[in-house]
Amino acid sequence: RFSFVLKVSHNVQFAGLADVSISEDIPVEGEITVPVGSHSPEEDYSTLDEPVRETILRDLKAVGKKFIHVMYPKKSSALLRDWDLWGPLVLCVSLALMLQGGSADSKEDGGPQFAEVFVIIWFGAVVITLNSKLLGGTISFFQSLCVLGYCVLPLTVAMLVCRLVLLVGTGTGGFVLRLVVVLAMFAWSTLASTAFLADSQPPHRKALVVYPIFLFYFVISWMILTFTPQ
Amino acid sequence: VASLVTCLFAEFDDAANLLAANPDATTISIDEPAEARENQHGRRQELSREEDDELLGTDDSDKTELLAGQKKSAPFWTFEYYQTFFDVDTYQVLDRIKGSVFPVPGRNFVRLYIRSNPDLYGPFWICTTLVFAIAISGNLSNFFIHLGRPAYRYVPKFRKVSIAAATIYAYAWLVPLALWGFLVWRNGKVMNIVSYSFLEIVCVYGYSLFIYIPTAILWIIPHKVVRWVLMIFSLCLSGSVLVMTFWPAVRDDSRRIALATMGAVILLHALLSVGCLAYFFDAPEVDFPVPIIPAHNGTSLVTKVK
Repeated sequence: RFSFVLKVSHNVQFAGLADVSISEDIPVEGEITVPVGSHSPEEDYSTLDEPVRETILRDLKAVGKKFIHVMYPKKSSALLRDWDLWGPLVLCVSLALMLQGGSADSKEDGGPQFAEVFVIIWFGAVVITLNSKLLGGTISFFQSLCVLGYCVLPLTVAMLVCRLVLLVGTGTGGFVLRLVVVLAMFAWSTLASTAFLADSQPPHRKALVVYPIFLFYFVISWMILTFTPQ
Repeated sequence: VASLVTCLFAEFDDAANLLAANPDATTISIDEPAEARENQHGRRQELSREEDDELLGTDDSDKTELLAGQKKSAPFWTFEYYQTFFDVDTYQVLDRIKGSVFPVPGRNFVRLYIRSNPDLYGPFWICTTLVFAIAISGNLSNFFIHLGRPAYRYVPKFRKVSIAAATIYAYAWLVPLALWGFLVWRNGKVMNIVSYSFLEIVCVYGYSLFIYIPTAILWIIPHKVVRWVLMIFSLCLSGSVLVMTFWPAVRDDSRRIALATMGAVILLHALLSVGCLAYFFDAPEVDFPVPIIPAHNGTSLVTKVK
């Protein structure tokens, strides 16, 4: 236990606060507890000595929390504050993998290659972020990438559903079902990302920022919808 | 505590001094007189619009040159320099699009809408949208045309997106570069009254491509006459925007060169639309044999469907 007395040596008067003056010898008491013992102060802040499982689980929990935020967009700032790019990477890779294996008469005529999907998603997200910043947005570069990447989640779910439907059959009924699912997920993605990004955009320019996001998810939805299996 | 307080105040003083000393932070001071001049310039334009076409761009042009030069005051390696090219609000972009789709004869697109605030948002996103519109519409139209064929299997043909992108971006950036270079060269020889900066030319070309987006979507209709009518209609609209913009810049030159320049502008524009229609959209009249329909008296009928 520590207690201390702060002695003020002379009168202090702030300009503009002429009524306030602090008298001398104000005893200030407090309590500071410094834990002494086996714990050294550094161990509370470093994560170097924790078991690997804890490290991985912590990151997985953060990613999982953000997935839930995307599925139920509630305009919280958790997604923006603690950005990470693990989720977008996982989603991008799984979407690109699921878009493989399409039918093609020749190499030229098929659907997008793995690298093309990857490039479209990441390059598209970078261009949209640059566009938003050039128009005067206040969001940081990686925060915006994080939001755009995480909001691909509904479309990845749509891709999974489409592949399952295509396993069953490729008739018109299946196509209508795929169309409805992809449209719904596209709307969800766009609304989720605009919900997160809208506040940081300058007024009178919100439509200018939202339109490229709409185009981005539209192109991804188009790639998902036109996937035809072998 | 007194020393702590004086220390804090000293920090504020230092910060204020730093802000005052840093010239890059105060781009506001340079913009204000430009804005004031632009307001006068705008008012003078209101009056001159009442008058003849020939007065368009007579004494405004050199002021426009000055304003265009003064706006971009940040050095080109800073982010703020590029932000000046995106200094547009939603309603301004919509107005410019409207101006490109409904060209009023006698009104100059650059004078009316751009007014020394050329933006790169419009050209870039209109080109991107056009790339995807053409690729997707081409894919859809081929799908509908070949729908009846039993042997046809749908393929997305994703390669065509890259080809469309290369073509349209090349057109939207290289042709303005060539045109600007040509105009600068002629300006050296013949004292032209009207001259445009490179960004203004890029802006006009970008916005003039907007009409092709609904045209590309309507090209899904698999009817030859409809497609050609649409193409000629959109070519007329966007071509007229280009002609009305660039005619004042070349009309003081010799007759032959002026007409040759206008001809080249329109020809390239027509080439772009014809090329896109031919490459991305299959011919709609495909003869494919319908399966043999036995008539009730026994004779078989083979019909060719056009």
